[in-house]
Amino acid sequence: MNNIKNTILGLVCSVLMVPAAYAGTLDTVKDQGFFNCGVSQGVPGFSNPDENGNWSGIDVDVCRAVSAAIFGDADKVKYVPLTAKERFTALQAGEIDVLSRNTTWTLSRDAQIGLEFAGVNFYDGQGFMVRKDSGITSAMELDGASVCTNLGTTTELNMADFFRANSMAYEPVVFEKADEVVNAYDEGRCDTYTTDKSGLAAQRTKLADPDAHVVLPETISKEPLGPVVREGDGDWADVVRWSLNAMIEAEEFGLTNSNVKTTCAMTSNPVVARLCGKEGGTGAGLNLGDSWSYDIVSKVGNYGDVYEKHVGENTPVGLARAGSPNASYKNGGVLYAPPAR
Amino acid sequence: MRPSRFSNFIFNRNVQGTFYQAITLSLVILGVYYIVQNTAENMMSRGLASGFHFLGVESQFDIGMTLIEYSPTSTYFDAFIVGLLNTLLVAGIGIFFATIVGFAFGIMRLSSNWLIAKIAETYIEVIRNIPLLLQIFFWYFAVLRALPKPKQSIEFMDSIFLNNRGLFLPDANFNEGTSVIFYLFWITIIISIFIFIWSKRRQNRTGITFPAFYVSLALVVGVFFAALTATGFPVSFDIPELKGFNFKGGMRLIPELVALTFALSMYTAAFIAEVVRAGIMAVSKGQTEAARSVGLKEGLVLRLIIIPQALRVIVPPLTNQYLNLTKNSSLAAAIAYPDLVLVFAGTALMQTGQAIEIIGMVMGVYLFLSLFTSIIMNLFNRIMRVGER
Repeated sequence: MNNIKNTILGLVCSVLMVPAAYAGTLDTVKDQGFFNCGVSQGVPGFSNPDENGNWSGIDVDVCRAVSAAIFGDADKVKYVPLTAKERFTALQAGEIDVLSRNTTWTLSRDAQIGLEFAGVNFYDGQGFMVRKDSGITSAMELDGASVCTNLGTTTELNMADFFRANSMAYEPVVFEKADEVVNAYDEGRCDTYTTDKSGLAAQRTKLADPDAHVVLPETISKEPLGPVVREGDGDWADVVRWSLNAMIEAEEFGLTNSNVKTTCAMTSNPVVARLCGKEGGTGAGLNLGDSWSYDIVSKVGNYGDVYEKHVGENTPVGLARAGSPNASYKNGGVLYAPPAR
Repeated sequence: MRPSRFSNFIFNRNVQGTFYQAITLSLVILGVYYIVQNTAENMMSRGLASGFHFLGVESQFDIGMTLIEYSPTSTYFDAFIVGLLNTLLVAGIGIFFATIVGFAFGIMRLSSNWLIAKIAETYIEVIRNIPLLLQIFFWYFAVLRALPKPKQSIEFMDSIFLNNRGLFLPDANFNEGTSVIFYLFWITIIISIFIFIWSKRRQNRTGITFPAFYVSLALVVGVFFAALTATGFPVSFDIPELKGFNFKGGMRLIPELVALTFALSMYTAAFIAEVVRAGIMAVSKGQTEAARSVGLKEGLVLRLIIIPQALRVIVPPLTNQYLNLTKNSSLAAAIAYPDLVLVFAGTALMQTGQAIEIIGMVMGVYLFLSLFTSIIMNLFNRIMRVGER
C-alpha cells in the first residue's frame, strides 16, 4: 500500500515540483530580469486587467513595488491569473514567485501548506450581500438562505462557523470561479452572496444592477489579506515583506508618489533620508540597491497613494479608508510598519 | 576461426533479451526512485505536511447536497464519501438517460422516414460538436434564467413545486404495516422471474409462446395495489412548504444536478447514437431479409435478429462512452454541483493543502470506477457473443 501511495505521490510531484527553482529566488529573479506574480482572475481594485491586458489594483501594486525595489522599474512583472483553488499549488510548484491575490493569512496556511505570509496589505472581514427588495437588513435573518460563494477560500469555513454558531440552516452553493458565483447570484440562484467585504464591493460593480443590492452590516470574520511566498526562502520573503513595509512607512512619514523627488532632495529627517536611500545603506541587507525604497515610492507610490487610486472612495469600488482598520495607526487604523532601518 | 565460448554467450539471443530487459527495468526503478525521493525532499524542505491523518479531522465546511448525514463536524473522510456518492449519482442517472436517448436517436437516424432521420442527424451533429463545458453552462444558466423565484414557483396540484432553487416533490413516508407490502412486492418479483424461465423453457420445448412480460407486470402491480388497499394506505406524504427563503420538507432536486445530468446525457447520447447506428449497419442486410422471409414481424426482426448481433459491435464502444460520461461528470465543479472533484479535490484540498494525497485518492476513484464499468461491460459482452452451435 505504501508503495502504491509513494508511486502516485511521485508521479504527481514529478509534474508539479521538478522545475521548481526554490532556494535563491532573488538571484534567479535578478538573472532572468523579471518575476511571476500570481493574481486573481479579475477583482476590480485588487487585481484586474484592463482591455489592453494591463493589470492594476492594490494587490498588483505589491508586485510592482517588489519589481521597483529589485529592478528600479515597476513593470518587470509577469502576471499569472489564478483561481482560488490553483493559487497555492502554483506557488509551491514555482510557477509564480509571489502570490498577491487577496489571500487570507491563517495558521493552517502558514504552518501546514508550506507558505510564508509577507505581511498584510488589506485588513478585511467577511460579509453578506443581498438584494434590496428582499427586505433583509441583518445577517441574523438569513436562516434557510441559499448562499453563493467561492471554492477554496476561508469564506467557506467562516460561513459554516457563522451559521453553526447561530443555529441557522443554509444551503451552500460553491463555485470554482468568482465570475460564476457573481453570475449565479445575479440570476437568483442564491439569496445572498458572501465573501470578504472588499470583494463584495468589488464584485458588485459586475452585477447587472449594482444599486439593487446591499451589503449587510455584519462582519463575521477577520480576513487579513497579504502577499505570500514559498516557505524556506527567507531572503526572498524579506524582499517582499520590506517592499510592503516601505510603502506603509513612506506614508507614515509623508513621503508620497508626487512629493518624493523634492522631499528627498532637501530632507533633514533621518528616517526619510533612509527611505530615500541617502543614508543607512538599508539595501545591502536585502541584497538590493540602496535606492530600493525610493524606487518603490517614486515608481509605485506609498500605501495611501495606492489605496486611494484603486479602492478609495473616488473609485467604483468605493471603500472609505478613514475609520477602517486600513487607516494608518496614526489615524486610528491598524496599519503599522516596523521601522526600515 | 571458431567463436569462443564467451562470444557465444554474448551473442545468444536469450541472454541479450534478458540483458536489455534488466537494463530497462532498472532504469524504470531508478526513475521512480528518483521521483519519489525528489518529492519527499521537496515536501520536507517546504514544510508540507504529508500522510493521511487529515482524513480523521473535522472538515468544518458544509456541502450543499448530501446523500448521507453530514455536517461541519463530520470528518474529511465523510466529505470524501459524500463527494463520491454525488459523483456516482450523477454518473448513474446520466448513463441511464444517455443510453435510452442514444438508442432512440441511433435507430431514428436509420429510419426510412426522411424527416425523422434528419432530425436525428441534426441533433447528433450539433450536440457532438459543441464542447461539453459550454453545454453545461448553457443548460445551467438557461434553466436558472427560465425558472421563477421561490415565491412565484410553478405549482402542480399544490404538492410539486418548480423554481430556480430546484424541483420540490412530496416525499413518501411509509408508516407501520408497510413492511408486509414490501415483502409481497419482492415475492411477486421472484414469482415473475420463475414465470419468465418457465415460459422460455416451454417455448423451447413446444414452440408455444406465453405473454410472460404482461402477466408478470399485472401480477406485481396488481398485488402491490391490492395490498395497499387492504392495509388502508399506510403511506403519508411530506409535502414541501414555502417557509422563509425556500421550500422545506419533501424531496428536492437541485438545479445543478438537473442541469449536469441533462447536459451529460444529451452529450453522451449523441455519441451513443452513432455507436448504435454503426452497430446496426454492421449487421448484414441479408439477416434482415432472411428474418422477414421466415415471416417474423418488423418488431421481432429488430428485437430477435438485428439488435443481438448489433450489440456485439456496440458494447465495446458503448463502454467507452459510459467511461467518458463518468469522467466528464467532474466538470460539475464549474456549476457548483458538489461532486468528488468539487468537494474533495476542491474544498478539502484547499483547506488541508495535502494535494498529493487528495489528488491520488481522486485519481484512484476514477480509475476504479472506470475499471469496474469495464468489467461489467466485458461480462455483458461475453454473454452477448456468438454462441457456438
